[in-house]
Amino acid sequence: MSLQLKDLYDKFRDPATIKALAKLIGEEAKKLERPINVMEVCGGHTHTIMKYGLKQLLPESIEFIHGPGCPVCIMPKERIDHAYILAQQPDVILVTLGDMIKVPGSKGSLQDARSKGADVRFVYSPLDALKIAVENPDKTVIFFAIGFETTTPMTAALMDQAIERGLKNLLFHINHVTVPEVMKELIDSRDVHVDSYNNRIDAFIGPSHVSVIAGAKIYEPFPRAYHRPVVVSGFEPVDVMEGVLMLVKQFSEKRCELEVQYRRSVTYEGNLKAQAMINKYFEKRGLFKWRGLGNIPDSALKLRDEYAKFDAEKRYADILPKEEIEDHKLCICGDILRGMAKPTECQVFSTACKPSSPLGSCMVSSEGACAAYYKYGGVM
Amino acid sequence: MCLSIPSKVVEVNKDEVTAIVDTMGVKRKVGIDFIADEVEEGDYVLIHIGYAMNIIDEEDALESIKVYQEILEKMDEEQRQEVQESMVKESDNCPNGGVT
Ligand code: SF4
Ligand code: SF4
Repeated sequence: MSLQLKDLYDKFRDPATIKALAKLIGEEAKKLERPINVMEVCGGHTHTIMKYGLKQLLPESIEFIHGPGCPVCIMPKERIDHAYILAQQPDVILVTLGDMIKVPGSKGSLQDARSKGADVRFVYSPLDALKIAVENPDKTVIFFAIGFETTTPMTAALMDQAIERGLKNLLFHINHVTVPEVMKELIDSRDVHVDSYNNRIDAFIGPSHVSVIAGAKIYEPFPRAYHRPVVVSGFEPVDVMEGVLMLVKQFSEKRCELEVQYRRSVTYEGNLKAQAMINKYFEKRGLFKWRGLGNIPDSALKLRDEYAKFDAEKRYADILPKEEIEDHKLCICGDILRGMAKPTECQVFSTACKPSSPLGSCMVSSEGACAAYYKYGGVM
Repeated sequence: MCLSIPSKVVEVNKDEVTAIVDTMGVKRKVGIDFIADEVEEGDYVLIHIGYAMNIIDEEDALESIKVYQEILEKMDEEQRQEVQESMVKESDNCPNGGVT
């Protein structure tokens, strides 16, 4: 049998296979000594779990904790305000990926900026920014770069092309964030509401496409130093179910390891060429604020000093505010992300905080835990 | 936003560092900067925001499919029926309007 493109879609979404795996999980879960909470770190997995109703197929002893989601949802207001301000400068075209359209900053979203006359363009690929820069030589084009390890190399590739073509009018505002650091933070950080190192995360489903680039190796510390098993799983429902089965087996067999379910696309080392490209242009930023989680050490990247002249944050330093904007006082996203609270325990859930007017990160995207509860009425 | 789409490579242009890929009937040009040395026509790749991220390992994909097949075959008829009856609902992709 040879592989067809269709197989890569259909076979990994096959309802019968999903149910069959659910049965195996159910049987395996009977051997568990206690219930386990599995955090799916990535919004892509949350999306699959909700769309295919996977939680409802699992025994009660397995609970999902929805993770920080996606690089868009955790973007703090400060950074969106930067984009908003940059977009309003004369002769600036602000270019960013379509995902950023609706995310609110303190002045509004980028969509609002555009409706007020700013030149904001939402593109599918960073390559489109190159085209816009070439076509508008007398404008300054600023690429507002977002994304996890999955997306960072594409910004690097854009930079490569810009340099090769000697483009002078393309600048970058870098907001790339990294996954292992936030996972560590969720385990390590002091829970502000109970003032202890509390979290209920027993195991992780590792983001698939982050590891296509960065390799499975980035999760090595979790089984070892934190005693949390990790299974890197694909985004299709069959992948997620097989990933859960592998985790449950680890618990029932008293193992604690890093395993890869998504072997068709993830290797231990990842894509070394893409990693080299990232290293060429980027370095660790120090602290970066995540909406809902606060400042996390080493969790983001910035341009290396050699490329300072491309850095919009430096070029426009005098007009970009540095002050932190506090997360909403009543928002308990941090606790929710550690599995310590359910969205319904938040005082403003579905009253002051709704998907149409989110106060915290968990309500920003439809994949956030609060938004999911809002939509599915707490069945998640 | 980290989603990406499996596609088949139809044509490789090494000088341009691009390839034409077929995503279930839709053809488009993507960057192959990260796989330029290895990629060949007929390969399956994952596309993320205009770039191919990797080459999907065919053998591994087939191996997984085989394992799932065996799991299904091992189930008795009654279980299989039960499974078949509970079809899964499809809905939109990222409802937040994200590029997925
Ligand atoms: S409901 Fe809103 S304010 Fe409350 S925890 Fe969720 S996102 Fe935060
Ligand atoms: S909008 Fe949806 S797909 Fe896009 S980044 Fe947010 S959660 Fe992920």
